[in-house]
Amino acid sequence: MSSTTVIELANDITNAFAEITRIGPSMLPLRQAGLDRFKRSGFPTTNEEDWRFTSLKPFTEIPFEIMTDSGEQLLDQAILDEIAFSQHDTDNLVFIDGHFSDQLSQISDQPEGVTVSNLASAFDIIDNKIGLLSGKDENPLIALNDAFFTDGAWIHIPANHSLSKPVHLVFLSTAKKDGQASHSRNLIIAESNAKGTIIESHISLGHAAASTNVVTESQLEDGSNLEHIKLQDQSPQSIHLASLHSNLGKEARYAFHSFALGAQLSRNNLRMNLAKPGIDCMLNGLYMTRGSQLADHHMIVNHAAPHCDSHEYFNGILYDQSRGVFHGRILVQPEAQKTDAKQTNKNLILSEEATVNTKPQLEIYADDVKCTHGATIGELDKDAIFYLRARGLDTKAAQQMLMHGFTGEIVDRIQHNAIREELNELVWSRLENEHNLN
Amino acid sequence: MSANTDTIDEFVSSEYKYGFITDIESESLDPGLNEDVIKFISAKKNEPEWLLNWRLKAFRHFEKMENPEWAHVNYPPVNFQEISYYSAPKKKGDGPKSLDEVDPKLLETYEKLGVPLHERARLAGVAVDAVFDSESIGTTFKEDLAKAGVIFCSMSEAVQEHPELVKKYLGTVVPYTDNYYSALNSAVFSDGSFVYIPKGTRCPMELSTYFRINAANTGQFERTLIIAEESSHVSYLEGCTAPMRDENQLHAAVVELVALDNSEIKYSTVQNWYPGDEEGRGGIYNFVTKRGICKRNAKISWTQVETGSAITWKYPSVILQGDNSIGEFYSIALTNKAQQADTGTKMVHIGKNTRSTIISKGISAGKGQNSYRGLVQVGKKASKARNFSQCDSLLIGDKCGAHTFPYIEAKNSTARIEHEATTSKIGEDQIFYCNQRGLETQDAVNMIVNGFCKEVFRELPMEFAVEAQKLLDVSLEGSVG
Repeated sequence: MSSTTVIELANDITNAFAEITRIGPSMLPLRQAGLDRFKRSGFPTTNEEDWRFTSLKPFTEIPFEIMTDSGEQLLDQAILDEIAFSQHDTDNLVFIDGHFSDQLSQISDQPEGVTVSNLASAFDIIDNKIGLLSGKDENPLIALNDAFFTDGAWIHIPANHSLSKPVHLVFLSTAKKDGQASHSRNLIIAESNAKGTIIESHISLGHAAASTNVVTESQLEDGSNLEHIKLQDQSPQSIHLASLHSNLGKEARYAFHSFALGAQLSRNNLRMNLAKPGIDCMLNGLYMTRGSQLADHHMIVNHAAPHCDSHEYFNGILYDQSRGVFHGRILVQPEAQKTDAKQTNKNLILSEEATVNTKPQLEIYADDVKCTHGATIGELDKDAIFYLRARGLDTKAAQQMLMHGFTGEIVDRIQHNAIREELNELVWSRLENEHNLN
Repeated sequence: MSANTDTIDEFVSSEYKYGFITDIESESLDPGLNEDVIKFISAKKNEPEWLLNWRLKAFRHFEKMENPEWAHVNYPPVNFQEISYYSAPKKKGDGPKSLDEVDPKLLETYEKLGVPLHERARLAGVAVDAVFDSESIGTTFKEDLAKAGVIFCSMSEAVQEHPELVKKYLGTVVPYTDNYYSALNSAVFSDGSFVYIPKGTRCPMELSTYFRINAANTGQFERTLIIAEESSHVSYLEGCTAPMRDENQLHAAVVELVALDNSEIKYSTVQNWYPGDEEGRGGIYNFVTKRGICKRNAKISWTQVETGSAITWKYPSVILQGDNSIGEFYSIALTNKAQQADTGTKMVHIGKNTRSTIISKGISAGKGQNSYRGLVQVGKKASKARNFSQCDSLLIGDKCGAHTFPYIEAKNSTARIEHEATTSKIGEDQIFYCNQRGLETQDAVNMIVNGFCKEVFRELPMEFAVEAQKLLDVSLEGSVG
C-alpha cells in the first residue's frame, strides 16, 4: 500500500469516527481503543503471512464511508420473503446496513430467560463482554470493527435452555455508493447445556463495491450444543470480511457451516479455542466462485485441553479467473493429549485460469494424538465420468452427479433437516443456473 | 508412563560418536566478515577476477538483507563477525599432489569416521571428495572417472581447471539474491564439490563428498555444483559430521543441480552434524539452500536422512522447467534432545506433464521440534502436472513437537495435487504385539521406526541405506514410545 492511501484513508476514518461515537456512548472506550490499534497497524498487506494470498486492495482503494442510517424505509416485507430460509419457521433479526430493523424483525416467544435481541439495545448490560474473545487478536479488521460497529445480534441462552426455533440473523446491505461500509457485531452466549440453531445470512440489494465487516463472538459453556450456519451471498461487487471467535467449554459441541457464494472478496477468519476436555468442534464449508471472485477461509483451531475432537472440511468449486484460499491451522498444545483432529480441503478447478492456494497446517506439541490433514486440487475425475458414461449417463449428467456429490459432502453435514434441504437446493440451483455446467 | 520416561531420558543422553577433534595445525582467518575477508579467500584460491566480483556483489547484497525469521525454529541471532570464514589444514610447500602426500592425521580422521580415503581400502564403486573445514583435501578415483569423461573434483580445482563450466552454471539455479544464507555463501564460499557428467554418460561409480568441520569458531560454507549433460546419469552422496563443542557453529551451504534434457541426478544426504546436548548447548546450525533445475524429460531425486544439527533449515527443491520432467523428495528427519528441524521441499511445476512426489517422514523425540514446510506450485502452463505428497510424523515422548506447514498453489485446472499428512505415536498395542512375539521393546521400536521410514530407505543407494538404518537405530537407543 502506498503511503498516500494511508493518509487519505486515515482522513476518511477520522471523519467517520466522529460520526460513529454518537451510537452507544458506553462503547466509546472500546471504540477509541480499537481506533488506536488500527492507527498503529493500518490495513494488512500481502507481505504478512496471514494475508499472503489475499490482497485487501479492493477494500483499501475505495473511500471509507460508514452508513450511519439504514435504508430501512425503502424496504418492505416482500424483500424478506424472497431470501433464503424465509419460508422456515424462524425468529428473524434483521439488520440493514448494520442497523437493526425493528419493523422487519420478528421474535416469537422464546423460552423464559432466553434473550434474542439486537446488541445496541443491551449495550448497558453487556459492554464488558464485547471483545472478551476477539480482543487479543491482532487482526486490524477487528480493531476497525471495535471502532465502528453499529449493531448486531445478542443471543443469550441460559443454562439448560434451548432456542425454541432457529434464529435467523439477516444482514442486508442496501449500499448504493462504492466504499460504503457496515460494521456489525454479534455476541452469542450459550450457558451450560444450552442448545440452539443460528442462521446468519449476508445479502446485498445493491451492486456497489460496499463492504461488510462482521465480528462474531460465541461463548459455549459446558455441555452446550450450537449449530451455526452462515450463508454469504452478497453481490459480486461487494467485500465481505468476517471473523468468528469462539471459546468452548467442557463437552461443548459446536458445528459451524460456512457457505461462501458471493462477494468480490470474502474473508472468513475462524478462531476456535478448545479450552476444556471432551469438546467436539466442526468447521464445515463450501465456496463456489466465478468471475474474479476470491473466497478465503482462514482458521486456527487451538486444542488447549485433552480429549477434544475437531474436524474441518472445506470444499471449493472454482470457475473463470476466481481464486480460492484456504489456511487451516490445527494447534495441539502440550496438555491436549488424545486429540483427534482432522482437516481436509478439496478443490475442483473448472477453468484454465482459476487459482487455488491452500495451506493445511498442523502444529503439534503433544504425543498421544491422532491428527491428519489432506488437500486435493484437480478437475473432475475423468475415470469417474467414464464410469458413469459406461452406465448410460451422458457427459453432462455424469458431471452434474459428481458435482452434486462434491457439494453434497459439505451440505449433508448440516444437522437441521429443513435448512439442509434448502441449502442443498440453493447450492444446486446455483450450480445449474449460474455456473456453466457444460 | 514412568518407565517410559526413564528410557526416554536414557535415549536422550545417548552419545554422539563422531564428536572427536583432530589435533592438526591449521591456517585460519581471524573472525570477522568484510570485503577484505572475501578478497583474502578469493586470493588464497587464486580465483579469476569475475569470481571475486561476483563474491563482492553477493556480499553487498547480503549486507542489505535481513535475517529471515519465518522458520519454526528458535535460536539467538548469529553474530557473523564472530565467525572465522576460512580455516584449512596447513600445507607443506605447494600442498599434496596426490592422496599419498596428504597429512596422515587427516587420513586417520576420515578412517575414524568410517570413510577410508585409500583407494584400495574403499569399496569399489564409490569415489570420495573429502572436505575438511574450508578445503578439499583429496578426491579418490579421479583417473578412473576421467576415463569416462566425468569431472569430479573440488570447487577450487574446478575454478582453475574448468572455469568456463563454472562460469556458465554457478549461481544459475540459486542466485546470490535468493535468500540471506545463499547471499552469504556466495560471498564467502570456500570449497565444495564439482561434478560434470558429459552427454550420454552414465557415471561409472557413485560419487560422494564427506564434509567434516574440525576447527573451532569457524563456519563451513561449501558450494556444490552438479551438471548432468543430456542423457547422462549420476548418483551423488554426501555425509557430514563435526566435533562436540559447546558453542554453535554455522554451516551454510549451497547446492545447485542442473539436469539437462533426459538426464537424471540422484542426490542423497546423510546429515549427522553434531546435534548439541540435551539442553540445546552447542551443535551445528545447518542453514542450507539446495535446488535443482530439470530440463525436458529430466529427473532429479533428493533423498535425505537428517539426524544431526542443532538447527536444520533446509528445503531441497526442484524446478520442473522442462516438459515431462520429474522431481522427487524423500526425507527422514529425526529430532532428538533439543534439536529443531524446519525442513521440506519446493516443487515448482512449470513444464507440461511434470510430476513430483514428496515423501517426508519426521520423527520427534526428547525435546525435539520437527517441522515439515513445503511448497507445491503449479504454474499456468503446467498442464497435466501431477503431485503426490505425504508427510508423516512420529512422536516419541511427550515433550517433543511435530508440525506441518504445506503450501499448495495451483493455477492450472488439469493439475492433480494430493497432500496427505498424519501424526501419530508408537502405540502401546504395537509394542505389546511385538513383545508377545519375543521382540525386546527396543527392537520393537527400531523395527517400527524402520518400517515407518521404509519408503525413504528404499531410495537410498545400498551402502548408504544400511548406514542410515544403523544411524537411526543408534539415535533411538533406549527409546520407547
